Parts: sequence; C-alpha cells; structure tokens
Amino acid sequence: MSHPSTYQPASGIEKWLDTRLPFPRVMHDQFLVFPTPRNLNYWWTFGGILTFMLAVQMATGIVLAMHYVPTPEGAFDSVEKIMRDVNWGWLLRYGHAVGASMFFLAVYIHSFRGLYYGSYKAPREVLWILGVVILLLMIATAFMGYSLVWGQMSFWAVTVITNLFSSLDSLIPGLGTTLVEWIWGGFSVGGPTLNRLYALHYLFPFVIAGVVILHIWALHVPGNNNPTGVDVKTAKDTIPFHPYYTIKDGFALVLFLLLFAVLLFYAPNLLGHADNYIPANPLQTPPHIVPEWYFLPFYAILRAIPNKLFGVIGLLGSIGVLVFIPWLDTSRIRSTSYRPIYKWFFWLFVITCLGLGYLGSQAPEGWYLFFGRLATFYYFAFFLLIMPIVGLIERPKKLPGSITQSVLGSEPPPVSSEPVREGVAPWHAFPVAALLALASVSLLLPAAALAEEAANGHGPVIKAQEWSFAPPFGSFDQAQLQRGYRVYKEICANCHSMRLLSYRNLAEPGGPHFSPKAVETLAAQAQVTDGPDDKGQMFHRPGRASDAFRSPFANDQAARAANSGALPPDLSVIAKARPGGPDFLYALLTGYQQPPAGFDLTQGMHYNAAFPGHQIAMPNPLVDGAVPYTDGTKPTVDNYAKDVTAFLMWSAEPKLEERHKIGARVMIFLLVFAVIMYFAKRAVWARLHRHDHEAHTA
Amino acid sequence: MLWPLLDQMNPDASTLSLASTEVDIAPIEEGQAITVMWRGKPIFIRHRTAKEIEEAKDVKLDKLIDPLARNANLPDDAPATDANRAASEREPWLVMIGICTHLGCIPKGQAVGDYKGEFGGWFCPCHGSQYDTAGRIRIGPAPQNMYIPPYAFSSDTKIKIG
Ligand code: FES
Repeated sequence: MSHPSTYQPASGIEKWLDTRLPFPRVMHDQFLVFPTPRNLNYWWTFGGILTFMLAVQMATGIVLAMHYVPTPEGAFDSVEKIMRDVNWGWLLRYGHAVGASMFFLAVYIHSFRGLYYGSYKAPREVLWILGVVILLLMIATAFMGYSLVWGQMSFWAVTVITNLFSSLDSLIPGLGTTLVEWIWGGFSVGGPTLNRLYALHYLFPFVIAGVVILHIWALHVPGNNNPTGVDVKTAKDTIPFHPYYTIKDGFALVLFLLLFAVLLFYAPNLLGHADNYIPANPLQTPPHIVPEWYFLPFYAILRAIPNKLFGVIGLLGSIGVLVFIPWLDTSRIRSTSYRPIYKWFFWLFVITCLGLGYLGSQAPEGWYLFFGRLATFYYFAFFLLIMPIVGLIERPKKLPGSITQSVLGSEPPPVSSEPVREGVAPWHAFPVAALLALASVSLLLPAAALAEEAANGHGPVIKAQEWSFAPPFGSFDQAQLQRGYRVYKEICANCHSMRLLSYRNLAEPGGPHFSPKAVETLAAQAQVTDGPDDKGQMFHRPGRASDAFRSPFANDQAARAANSGALPPDLSVIAKARPGGPDFLYALLTGYQQPPAGFDLTQGMHYNAAFPGHQIAMPNPLVDGAVPYTDGTKPTVDNYAKDVTAFLMWSAEPKLEERHKIGARVMIFLLVFAVIMYFAKRAVWARLHRHDHEAHTA
Repeated sequence: MLWPLLDQMNPDASTLSLASTEVDIAPIEEGQAITVMWRGKPIFIRHRTAKEIEEAKDVKLDKLIDPLARNANLPDDAPATDANRAASEREPWLVMIGICTHLGCIPKGQAVGDYKGEFGGWFCPCHGSQYDTAGRIRIGPAPQNMYIPPYAFSSDTKIKIG
C-alpha cells in the first residue's frame, strides 16, 4: 500500500546508503511500518509460514546436494548414505522430505484462504496469478525432487508422468514421442533423465524465490485484503506490520513447526510410500502407482477422464483454470463470509478437493471411478459455472461500514435486521441442500466400499506387535538386536545381502553396540573376495570391520539360478520397504502354514498367510532351535522372528534412537516457545486494545 | 541460437549407438517367455503354444481396439492380424516392446505364475489394460497394441533386435 515513507536514517552510514541503495528504507517502509489491516485472522499467517518453509527447503536442499549422487547406480544408495553416515544427515534428509509435505499443506491453506476471502479480486489479480505461478513451480519442483530418490515409486512416477506427453501423438503423430524422448534424453527413463531432473530441481527453488519477491511486491501495492473484504478507508483501519503481525505470524509459525516436528521426529515416513525404499527397477512396475499425497487430487482428475489426451488436458486445466478466477467470479464483494449462497458451494468445493485426494489414492474402478468423475465435474463446474452465475444472482449480506467498525462494532452490526440478512431465499435452499446431501453421500460411499473390502478378508491380515522401538520414546533393545544379528547371520545371510550395512555399524551406539573387538571377530568370520592384487588376481581374505554385508552370490543371475528364479531382496531397508514394516516382517516369518484346501499352489512356491497372494518363493527359514541363544532367551521361531525383525528395523533406521531423543528435546523447546510467543502476542496486542478503549471512552 | 540449447537434451550419440542387441532364443521352450533389454526398454520374446496362436488367429479384426499391426518391420498401415504381429514365417515367436501403450508401465504375463488377463496375454497392473496372445490391446485405457521393434532372425536360434 503506498504510504509516505517514515524512514529516518539515524547514523552516518545509513544516510550514506540511503542516497545510494535505500535498502534499509525499503525494509523499514515495507516490513516494519507497513500499514496492515487490523483485522487479519490466523488464516493470514500462512504467507509468512510459506516464506519460512521455502527457506527451510532451500537450506536443507543445498546441503543435501553436496552428498547426493545423480546417477541411476548411485542415487538410491547415496540418499541412504546421507541418512546413515553423513553427520546429521537423517535430520536434513527427513527434514527436506517432510518439509515438502508441510510446504504443500501451507500452500493449500494459503490458496483456499485467498479463494474464500476473494483475495484475487481487483486490484489483486496480478498478485493472485503470481501465486498460481508459484504453485505450478512448486508442483514441478516437488515432482522432480521426489524422482531423485530413485526408488520404485520415483522411477515409475517419472515414467507415467512423462508419458503423459506422448498423448500428443493423437494430435500430430510422432510429436508426443519426440517430445518424450527429448525429455528423457534416451528411449526410456534413465541416467540422462535423472541428471537433468536434478539440475532443474536445484534451479527451480531460486525461480520460486524470485516469483515470491514479485508476489510480495504485488501484495504491497494494493495492501492486504482482510476478512471483511472491505477496503482500508482510514488510517485507523490499519496497524503497523511490526510488532503486531510479526508477533502473530511468529506465534503461528511455532505452532506450525510443532506439527512439522511431530512428523519429522516420530513419523518421517508416514506420508511416503514403502515402495520407494525399493531401488528403481525398470523391468518391474509396482502393483499400485500412487503419487505423494499433495498430488492425489490432480491424479484423481487425470484418471477420471477415460481419454488419454483429455485426461492430460484436464490435469493441466485443473491448475490453469485458477489463473482466470479473478474474471470468472462476478460477485461485487470479496469475502465469502458475506455471500450466503456461494458459501455453500465453496465448502462443497473444499469437500470435493479432499474427496478427490482420497479417490486419487484408490484404484479407479467401480464406485471410485464414478465418484472420481462426479468430483472432477464439480471441480470444474465450481469455477466455470458456479462462480460466474452465483455472483450474478446472489444478494450479499450487508458489509460493515469499515474494517474498524467490523472489529469494534461502534455501530451495531446488522445482527437482527432480518431484511438485510435474509440472503437465502427458500428457492435457493433446495439445490444447496441437495448438493450437500450428494457430497456427504459421495464421501460415505467409498468409505463403505472400503470397509466391505476389508471385511471380505481380501489381503492378508497383519497384526500390530509391541515393539521396544515404537515412537515417541522407544529405543532398541540391545540384547535383542545382538540376537537378531545372529539369526540374520546364520539363516538370512545364506541368501540375502545387506549392502548398506557394514560390520563397523554393529559397534554403533543405538544399535547392537557390540564391542569393537567383537566386531573385528565377527567380521573376520566372513570370507571376502578382494582384489585385484598387483598380479591382477582376485584373492580371498578375512572380512574387516569396514566390509559391507555382501551377497553370498556372485551376481543377481547366480542368485536367481540358486533360488528357482526368484531374487532374494537385499535386506538393508526391508523394514521400511514393505507396507506394515516390522509388523509385516514378523507376520511373514511366522506365517508359514499348510495351504487351505483347494488353494492352487504353484510348483516350487510356499504358502504364507501374510504374503500378498499367499505364494512366496522363500521356504520357511525358521525352525525352533536352529540358532543357539546364549542369553537364556528361548530359541523359538517366535523369538527368532521378533529378534531378527528388530535387527532389520535397526538396519533400516540406524538413527532411530537419536531421532526420538532429539525429537523429545525439540518438542519441549517448541512447546515452551509457543507458550512464550502466545503471551508475547497477547501483550503486544493488548496495547492496541488499550488504545481502542481510550479512544472509545474519550 | 536457441537450438543447441534445446537439442542437447535429445538422446546423445552413445545412447543412439546402443541400437542393436542379439538374443539367443534356443533355450526358450514352448510356452515360455523371456525379457531382454534393448535401448533401455524391455523386449518380450514369447514362444507361443499352438493353442495361443489359435486363439490369436481366431480374433476378428473388428473386435480390436487398435486395428494396426504396429510392427516396425511392416508398412505403417498393416492390419493387426496375428500373422502381421508374429515373426514372419515363424509363427510361434512373438517379439515386442513390453511397454504398456497407456502410460508406460510393464505389463505382467512374462513369468509362469503371473496373471495374464482374460485373453491369456498380458495384464498391466497400473490401470488394468489387457493384451491378448498377440500383444494386442483388448480391454482398458491403453490406446494401441504393444509395439514391435525392428528385428530379424540372423539364424534359426538368434534374433537381432534393432
Ligand atoms: S500404464 Fe498400463 S494401463 Fe496405464
């Protein structure tokens, strides 16, 4: 908002700078004393939160880039190495991954706030469009960043999404294919693709930062919108940004960080997919390809449209349409709070977006597909039909005379003046009620379908076990990990490697914590092929602490040949790479049974109650007494399964204990900080209230 | 001026030169299939049984979603008859790029235990496309038959792809 500059350069240096690059003046005028409407609610704090999150993502991202290797062979392992070997790497990487989710959570709230309060209407159209541009850039950046992990989900997400462009073949034959090969830099997704995604993933955040500056600039010309949507009329309607909104934004930020910290320290993989802990395999597509949660609504739209090309157009259109909102909305007033009809459609739209998110995570069949189509239709109808039409026919409620009036109510707000309030005529109410009913049904039915599916007993039942390492305070049982290591070594290691784990890790605190001497002995029990020596020959030597847990087979082909065609997977991160995690592993190891009568078991396969499809190539590995225990624990299958599962969980998350411990401290810090910020905020705003009171009584 | 900046993203010389592979098909018994890599893509090679060939032949062309053979060794407008899909003069052999023409997933059906869909060919787990024993799309969102790469028999038991 243009206002006369109040900056007074105090020192000589400031005066000198002021006539050359008046940066302090800009900061002072735009961020300290910037006149801000006095009635902004907490929904307005997400702008500051987003700026903060962008900084978090850039800071963590730049340091991660110092350790990441953008090649198909190196990418997956380098990410794991960051979490295992790099100092604080687990914090940086999980912070970056969870941070992306938090960033999207904030940007969606921010966008819906703008939509609700009409912040896109004149004179803020450019501000809004810049926001849409930022959203688009964020989507591209997040997609590319996700691909860098080079797990199964990463790889297939890139394949499926880049293949969308091949739909252009149906317009001009060959165009799509040419374009896709140009994007890939090859004939399939591969090394060149990964490398360029990495380059662009590093570049885009800086572009975002640039557009953010324009976004803030475009905000500071007309100034903030506010919950009433009424323009600022007098100086009394505004207060300086600092300290009132710095403290309010700060308090909100701390609350936001609390949520961030809970996810980061106690459930960093909650929002991810187990499949992405399986290294990318171009020869095998995972059974369900699902994007990250923040893309699910768009994915649902893509799949709701049966034609490949129109599906892509729908996908792009779902974001593109946002650009035109300032002109699609024909309402004379901004804030939805004063729009009695539109309000219902707005909330139905919010429900639709959430519903699309749910539908995007389900297979597009039967009812899911039907509701996906219904929701897609409403998504577009909301912008293209409802916004223009409702704006024309609706009679808004009476707006407050000014912002100050809406806060202080110096004139009685029109609470009881019925003729004004009566916006919803009976004839309006019917379609609204019908739509709402439809919406609630559309939310309930998929849930019912899901419950039915579960009740049918499709899919194995995995029971939750009690684990010592469960969040939020859990830690590993050292003796259990040591026993688990024995079970792995004597049984699993006959077929399975753990290439991300070395003997030296066994001595680490927070793990089995063997003494360094014991580790040397354990390592020396292994025979390792090394070389070539100076005559060019390979030779055998006893293992050392720095050796990884290698596969007993020379290569994958040998491993397959020895296991009737099935490749025993590497177990380094297996506890994260299967849905259900440790519960699944335990259920699998104890799930071998006689097949039920009538079950058609393929030759060479084994029946397992926990395994998807119940047919597993691995024979039952555990029998009572197979591995002697020396610490008095009963050598039963049940104990073996528990112990080795705990060991595998540790190998997947070697920093889990540290994470839980630091998490507890961060939580305490943030809670205390939140309380302090709350009282600081109250103290600061009390000044304003006192002021109002004096003005009123005077 | 802009062209070098754009063109550099196209497949580079080394990628282009990986153009052909030779495969020994002697060990593949009737009813079996193998997958080999060519230009980073999986190539399905299936030794079809007499029954599978019969089934593929019996299909009327107007039943097909995509009536074109999509065979790089034939003219673009060749119809999708079984003869145009299979190796010429060597009916039991079907060689094709094992990529779903919808959004690029790898269909199931190569391994013995795999679900092969209603038509006994391949089934794509991503969005449920189903292919018959000649690799032709029969149900689902995929618009085209699976593509057949340029290849030739260099001897009775060897195929050169590309
Ligand atoms: S990719 Fe095969 S059905 Fe979609």
